[in-house]
Parts: sequence; C-alpha cells; structure tokens
Amino acid sequence: MRPIFLFASFLLTLQIARPVEAAPVNVVTTTEDLAAIAKEVGGERVEVESLAKGVQDPHFIEAKPSFMLKLSRADLFVQVGLELEQAWVGPLLLGGRNGKIQSGAPGFVDASRGITALEVPAEPIDRSAGDVHLQGNPHIWLDPMNGKQIARNIAEGLKRVDPKGAAEYDRNLADFSTRIDAALSRWQERMKPFEGAKVITYHNSWPYFLKRFGLVAAGYIEPKPGIPSSTSHMREVIALIPREQVKVILMEPYFSDQAPKFLAEKTGAKVVPLPPSVSASAGINDYFDLFDLLTNRLAEALR
Amino acid sequence: MMRSILFALSVLGAILGIVPSLFAQEGIAPPARSAQTFNPEISLDGLFSAATFSDPDHLQFGAHDPNKRGFTLQNLELTLAGNVDPYFRGEAHLIFGLEDGESFIEVEEAFLTTLSLPYGLQVMGGQFFTRFGRQNPLHPHVWDFADQNMINTLMFGGDGLRSPGVQLSALLPLPFYLELIGSAQNAEGETATSFLFAPEETFAGRPILERDVHDEGDLLYLGRIKTSLDLSESVTLVAGTSHLFGPNGTGENTSTRIHGVDLFVKWKPLTADHGWPFVTFQGEAMRRSYEAGEAALDDGTVLSEETFANDGFYIQSLYGFARRWVAGIRYEQADATDPVDPASGERWRASSNLTFYPSEFSKIRLQYNYDNSDDRDDPIHAVFIQYAFLIGAHGAHTF
Ligand SMILES: [Zn+2]
Repeated sequence: MRPIFLFASFLLTLQIARPVEAAPVNVVTTTEDLAAIAKEVGGERVEVESLAKGVQDPHFIEAKPSFMLKLSRADLFVQVGLELEQAWVGPLLLGGRNGKIQSGAPGFVDASRGITALEVPAEPIDRSAGDVHLQGNPHIWLDPMNGKQIARNIAEGLKRVDPKGAAEYDRNLADFSTRIDAALSRWQERMKPFEGAKVITYHNSWPYFLKRFGLVAAGYIEPKPGIPSSTSHMREVIALIPREQVKVILMEPYFSDQAPKFLAEKTGAKVVPLPPSVSASAGINDYFDLFDLLTNRLAEALR
Repeated sequence: MMRSILFALSVLGAILGIVPSLFAQEGIAPPARSAQTFNPEISLDGLFSAATFSDPDHLQFGAHDPNKRGFTLQNLELTLAGNVDPYFRGEAHLIFGLEDGESFIEVEEAFLTTLSLPYGLQVMGGQFFTRFGRQNPLHPHVWDFADQNMINTLMFGGDGLRSPGVQLSALLPLPFYLELIGSAQNAEGETATSFLFAPEETFAGRPILERDVHDEGDLLYLGRIKTSLDLSESVTLVAGTSHLFGPNGTGENTSTRIHGVDLFVKWKPLTADHGWPFVTFQGEAMRRSYEAGEAALDDGTVLSEETFANDGFYIQSLYGFARRWVAGIRYEQADATDPVDPASGERWRASSNLTFYPSEFSKIRLQYNYDNSDDRDDPIHAVFIQYAFLIGAHGAHTF
C-alpha cells in the first residue's frame, strides 16, 4: 500500500475510534443573572458567558466590537427584554451577523417571556416622565419566582438548539425550581419581621424584589427614571423619610453615593448598598448567593 | 483586478439580496411580537445652532456646519428602522433642510442589511454613507463637535460621501475582531465629491465633464479593514484603514484615490454611573491623489495630465468629567483651504467645546474654533452654541 493510503486509513481509524464528544452549546447572555440561571439549566452541556459584568449598570453597556465577535459564535442568546438592553443589543445583534440568534430565530431567548411585568404605564406616556420602559419595569430577575420562569424560557431555548440534551435540561430545570422553592421560604422567613417596611431606592430597580418580600418603596432618589436628583426633589425626599418612617436608603453600587449620603446625613436613615446582580460583589457566585446577600443585608439594616 | 473582484462581489450581493431564502438559516420562524412593536422604530433628531464669526467670509464648508452668522438649522432627520422579515433589517434617514427660507428633503440613507448570511458575511444595499474611517458614516446629530472635520469636508464635500450601491462585509472567525468591508457605489452627484462631482465647474483649471457609467470601472470602490482589541475591561481600541478608488470628471479615464487610517481608543470604568466618566481619543489621517486629465481650454492653453496630492488629519479627545458633562478638544491640519483647489495653502484649526446632556435625548453645546489659514492675514474666531433633541425611539449606541 502506498504511504498516502496508509496515512489516510490511519486518519480514518482515528476518526472512528475517537469518542463522539459533542461541542458544548455556546450561550451568551446580556447579564450575569441570566448567565447564572443558564448555568443552572444548561449544566455540563453548555458554556455560558455574560456580556455585562455584574458590577455594571445593565442600561449602559458599550456595544463593543468584541461583543459582536462573541455573538457571532453563539448558539443561544439570552436577553432580559422589556427594553432593558434597547440602547445596545440592537447594534450587537446586527454586527454579530449570526442568523441562529436573531430575534425570532430558535437561538434567541427573551427572558421576560411569560412574566407579568410590573409598572406597565396604564395611560399613554411620553419622555417628560423620564426614560421610562413602556413595556413595564425590566428588573425582573430580582424576584426568585421570576427566576424560575426565566429558567423555563432558557430551557426551552436550549432544547430548540440542542434537542439531544432535552432530558438533561428538563432535569436541571426541575432541580433548580425545587431549590428555588426551598430557598424562597428561607428568604421569606428572614424578611417576615419587616413586612410593610418602607424604603427609599435610587433607581426604580427593585419593585419585583420589594413586592416579593413585602416591602414598600416610599420614594426614589431619581425624581424620574434616568433623571438626576434636583434640590427641590431632595427636599421632598427629606420630608418624606421621617413621615413614612423610612429606615434605609437602597443604592446600586454603580451610582454616585453623593445624594444617598446627603439624605442619610439630613435624616438619620441608613444607606445600604445593594448589589442587584450576580457577581456584583465578592461572594455572589450564583443566583442563590444573590438573594442570600440581599435578604441578609436588608434584614440586618432594618432590624 | 481589485475592481473586477469588487464588482463581482457587488453582483453576488445583489443576487443574495433577491433570493435570501436560499441562504437563510433553516428553521427561522417569523418573530413573534406584540402588535405594538410591529411598527417601525421612528425617531426625529433636530439639530440647531447659533454662530458668530470674527470674519463673515469664513471657512465653514460643511453643509451641516453652523455656516453663517445667526441661526442655522443644521439637521432635521427622520429615522425609520425595523426588521423587514427574518432576513433583513431596513433603515431610512430622511433629512429636512432649510436654505434661504426654502425647505427641502434629502434621502440621506436608506438601506437594507442582511441578518442571517452564513460565514460571518453581511450585505448592505441601498443608499448609504461609505464606510470610510470613523467620521464619514456618522449622522450630524451624533458628531462630537458642532461642525464637520476639515479633512472630511475637504475630501468628501459638505454632505459626506454617500451614494447608492452595495456593500459586502465579513467578520472573520479569529480570536480578535477583524472585519473586512468592500463596497461599490455610484461615483456621481453632490455626495461624491473628489469623484465624478466637483463643487465647482472646474478642478485645477480643467472643466468637469459629464461622465456616465460605461463599465464597472466607473463605479466607486471602497476597501476597509477594521480591527478592535479590548486592552483591558475598561479600555477598548478600534483601528482601521480605508482605501477608495473611483473615477473623476477631469477626463475620460482619470481617477481619484483616497487612503485613510483611523484610530479610536475609549476608556470607561466598568462601574461608570450612567456612562460617566469616560475619556476617548480619536484620530484620522487621509491622503488623496487626484489625477487631473489633459485639457485644451478655450483660450488655447493646453493643460497636461497632472496628479494633485493632498493630505490632512484631525485628532480629538473627549473627557466626560462629570455626569452629563463632556469637554472636547480637537486639532486639525490640512494642506488646502479650499475644497475646489487643492493647490491653495496650509490650514490648521483648533477647537474646544463643552457639552451638557440634560438627558440622553437632548444636548446643549458651546464651541470655540481658532481657524488659521495661510492665505489669510488674520485667524478666524468662531463661536457656536448648538442644541439638539431626539424624540421617538431610543437611538442605538454604536461603539
Ligand atoms: Zn431601569
């Protein structure tokens, strides 16, 4: 036999002998919270990466070319939706030129699907109300029950692009849901003593969280979404804090602490930095860690 | 050779555009959406300015520059955009203008972009800004300064380089971002200055001929390489080179070439509050060689073939120093003061500005230009106040 045939048959044998190892499903999410849930559902079969880092404000992510490159290779793309990422996802999806993950394609997942959005404007509204989200408040991942629906949406997406893994995804999903249910009763127990407590938040990021754990937003540092505070608005908030017996001012770590600190000085309320995302601070490695930290920190502050 | 390849690509692009289903990914379902989002994204940008110059006979040549003492409507742009179907995205930018009390409408851009071609390919077809460098494709309402760069105006005219045509681009499967862009566009009309159009009747003494498209050699071709690297989580670099080849109107076979390099670096910490603080640096340099044909003038003089070369650059930096506030500086130099005559003198200009953004949807800008040209005794001082608004769909932030 000629050496070339020998070589070819050698290659062929190699090809046959090698165990069939499927390439992992490449999942790209817009935020770390979605990435954390995708890891729970995808397990061993997926490789997950988030475009935004946990410490970043998901409204203001740069549409970097390197992100387009990541999207060009993705099998599944997951966005929060409800216009949270509307300033930057469009150019990235277009620049990634990946037919598998365009809106409407099997590899496109809108995590907000099937979730009842809060604060959908009841009447026609315009931007004199600030940068409002017309489809409702997009910070949906901050309610663990929504986390379960997000996991369901991701599992459906994974099954569409990787039908072979369907059984595994279903198993992971069921397991995740059970663990959420168990953890939720723990978190609710922890928050129970503070039911009805009023808080001030910076941006209107927390309605899902507050509703789930029985807290109430008495006011916001932003007079309108995306609009920085004014002196007259600050005066109103200062008056409101003792009237409503507000003990804490919640702030996302990426906002300037100037206004919260000023309020605290004037009223004696406590500024509580609350990371709203997985990996936003040390020790929040998964979706469960996030609520552990949030409920612990709040319970401590409200005590 | 290069031209034939690009022409073939453009024909291929046109075919792909007509039969998208052949190349579309299998199993794409039409997007499931609420009736509300079936409407196109609609937005209107208004850009106005007030200007004053130390000399009324100043050197602002850009069609969207604040180019007279008093008030100018720089740009009123209606944008419509949306996915056409699972295969295309469509986008149109219509400009409403005012000149000496007369209103007019212009089709600035209107094009389709493919969403799902294989191998990282993308075809764009329609009327569009040539993707030369960083500044040329930008609409006036996103400019960092109140006026257009000298070198862009000099090379591409008051309106920027845009024309009907087709573009093919590829995002290469490499560990870093590398995009190749090629386009073929018409070379005539006011928006193809340096090519079949000259702002005046003559160029360097030669009359501008009516030159029709005879073959693929009479189109305007762009080749561009664009790359990007994340130097760290907070620093990103984008660099590119662009090359243009096209016919010009000083002869039957005369041509113009323009080469450019561009660089953009942006620093923005991960924990930026509403996008602040940030620092950007941007620069572009261009060189043009304009081959002027032989011409026998009415008075009997004969002008022989001659190639005019000129070049120029700008560098600029922006500093978003506090939330809603951005300070900018720009320095520019070009070896011509007059876009119709590249032989005229050297010009440099230094600008600084301060912009306040009440929200993402409005801005107010104050700018000062110090404009120095060899063929003038005194420099020109210019002051602009610019204000802009956006109503409608949230604009996309490109990098
Ligand atoms: Zn928000």
